[in-house]
Amino acid sequence: MNVEQETGQKEMELNPAQTKEAMDLQSKTPKVDRENRETVGDVRVDDPRMRCTDINVHYGDKHAIKGLNLDVGKKEILSMIGPSGCGKSTFLRCLNRMNDTIDSCRVTGTIEMDGVDINGKSIDVVPLRASVGMVFQKPNPFPKSIRENILFGPRIHGLATDKDDLEEIVVNSLKKAGLWDEVKDRLDQPGTGLSGGQQQRLCIARTIAVEPEIILMDEPCSALDPISTAAIEELMLELSESYSICIVTHSMQQAARVSNRTAYFHLGDLIEVGTTDQVFNAPLHQLTEDYITGRFG
Amino acid sequence: MNNQQADTAPRRAIDVINAGMDRRKRSEKRFQLLGKLSIALAIGFLAMLLGSIVSKGYGAFQQTYVKLDVHLDAAKIDAENLNKGNYSGVIKEGLRNMFPDVSGRREKRKLYSLVSQSAAYQLQAKVIEEPGLIGQAISIWVPADDEVDVFFKGHINRDIAEEDRRIKDNQIRWIDHFIEQNRIEKRFNTTFFNAGDSRNPESAGIWGAVVGSFYTLLVTLLLSFPVGVASAIYLEEFAPKNKFIDFIEVNINNLAAVPSIIFGLLGLAIFINFFGLPRSASFVGGLVLTLMTLPTIIISSRAALKSVPPSIKQAALGVGASPMQAIFYHVLPLAMPGILTGTILGMAQALGESAPLLMIGMVAFIVDIPAGIFDPSTVLPVQIFLWADSPERAFLERTSGAIMVLLGFLVLMNMVAVILRKQFERRW
Repeated sequence: MNVEQETGQKEMELNPAQTKEAMDLQSKTPKVDRENRETVGDVRVDDPRMRCTDINVHYGDKHAIKGLNLDVGKKEILSMIGPSGCGKSTFLRCLNRMNDTIDSCRVTGTIEMDGVDINGKSIDVVPLRASVGMVFQKPNPFPKSIRENILFGPRIHGLATDKDDLEEIVVNSLKKAGLWDEVKDRLDQPGTGLSGGQQQRLCIARTIAVEPEIILMDEPCSALDPISTAAIEELMLELSESYSICIVTHSMQQAARVSNRTAYFHLGDLIEVGTTDQVFNAPLHQLTEDYITGRFG
Repeated sequence: MNNQQADTAPRRAIDVINAGMDRRKRSEKRFQLLGKLSIALAIGFLAMLLGSIVSKGYGAFQQTYVKLDVHLDAAKIDAENLNKGNYSGVIKEGLRNMFPDVSGRREKRKLYSLVSQSAAYQLQAKVIEEPGLIGQAISIWVPADDEVDVFFKGHINRDIAEEDRRIKDNQIRWIDHFIEQNRIEKRFNTTFFNAGDSRNPESAGIWGAVVGSFYTLLVTLLLSFPVGVASAIYLEEFAPKNKFIDFIEVNINNLAAVPSIIFGLLGLAIFINFFGLPRSASFVGGLVLTLMTLPTIIISSRAALKSVPPSIKQAALGVGASPMQAIFYHVLPLAMPGILTGTILGMAQALGESAPLLMIGMVAFIVDIPAGIFDPSTVLPVQIFLWADSPERAFLERTSGAIMVLLGFLVLMNMVAVILRKQFERRW
């Protein structure tokens, strides 16, 4: 319950100040014109974990992402915001090649990770997806026991074969996901019997069980109640101490609460990137300002 | 429009709705009544069918036996060579001793035909079991001839003219004599369940056809399940979406509608004439039924795979499972109830199929119980067809009896399908 109160308070403090400051800035600084679709802000960071260059995505005839450049820093939370259909989920799915499962989808450009282009034809997606984990919008635990949910990844990758080691993975992953205390007595019950928030945390535990280096989250809280959302946000902040996290969200408050950097997408274009403070308090682009001040979207 | 509204008093929507309610309720009632009627009709037809089969067929589970006193004469049966004895002579002598006044060749032949030809074999079996009986006089129960059986069960009316019935007056006199002495009775017909086919109804059984059906279905299952499920998985999960795959899909759907006798002709032309496989073998029958069942299994398996939520597969791929691991660990187990249901329904269809098997020679008269998948054999529906074609009255009830056995197997298979579906069902 502490978690909830904390984040609740934070939100209340943040919002009035934010909008006031934004209003002040609005009158002073000239904005980049709405028609200009060049990315403003600093897309590059020093020593990135992932560096995307000139990404274009097509679904059949539809050009879903147009020439995007963006870095994912080490141990940072990068949030992606924007109206529906702007390409933020599509971009997220490029980072672990989940778009490969869609027949009509074509992705061009380079995504460098440890000096290797993971968008290359010769890349094996299996180890890639093990090191770039993903949490989906709707909690999707396997219809098996909680323990089996966690162990599926480590088993297929052969991370541990010993029974004790496997048990340790279960305990550690659940502890990291903040679910251990709630489920420690019922590890053999089906994961689908948990509440929505617990299921989503189980999915996060399942993802970190294979020790990924980057975690992608596609609107992880959109199907959850505020209490569960607060728990997961708290968890994200903890996880960002060891992982890079990219999160797509429709909640601007959530982006403001958890992320270090924010990227604003609009109809397939990356409009603005910057530190979260800067994007929310002093957006450089007129479209960004329109969106965060609630003029549309 | 506006003028009209202005003329009349303002109408509330609720009044219009209420005015139409009676009509809606009536049509609702009418529709429900129609549904009830059609269900009643269906149940009526089913009851009629089952009633007719059971009333005709229950007699097949009983066989009339008569008790004879025979003298196992050492002169007729050589203790050294028990397989060569004149057992039918012993039986005939027993009958002659019961009715000493019977004389003349025709009369005697009528007398001998009271008991089944298989009586001699039963006597032989008894003697081989206990050779010490030779030289003694014993009483033995032997199966009655099928005409006697039918008469004793009351299917022949003794009031009709002698020339119009199969049992003649003097035979009726002898049977009455048996009845007076309590030497005739109905027993459970074990022969029907453990013998192969025979020209004599009282010796005919369905075991040969059951074993043949079993082997045929075994071959069908072993071939069609893996091939069908593998095709379904490839088409549903891996195949690229292009014209060629569309073409294959259309053809699979069309194959499901091809008349089964076409598959029989194909089997005759390819498996027997081209590959030279043996005729009448359950292996070939299984191959033909595999061709027939495959479309059913593929279509139902694809439907089952499609119904698994894609989020499950995505979750597996998301932690780095290869497509095959995602399918075999997660998608396939969830699709299993549907796949098994489809498979068992396909098998049930194959169990009841006779037309394609006629083409590949499984309609032959086969007495021996098949010992393997390459032995000549027949199957239950073909056995029913064969018996239904026989002129003897006793085969009529055996036909219905065999239909009851076949229906029993079908019900059993459908129950297995239900149980498996319950077993594998999971929530998500």
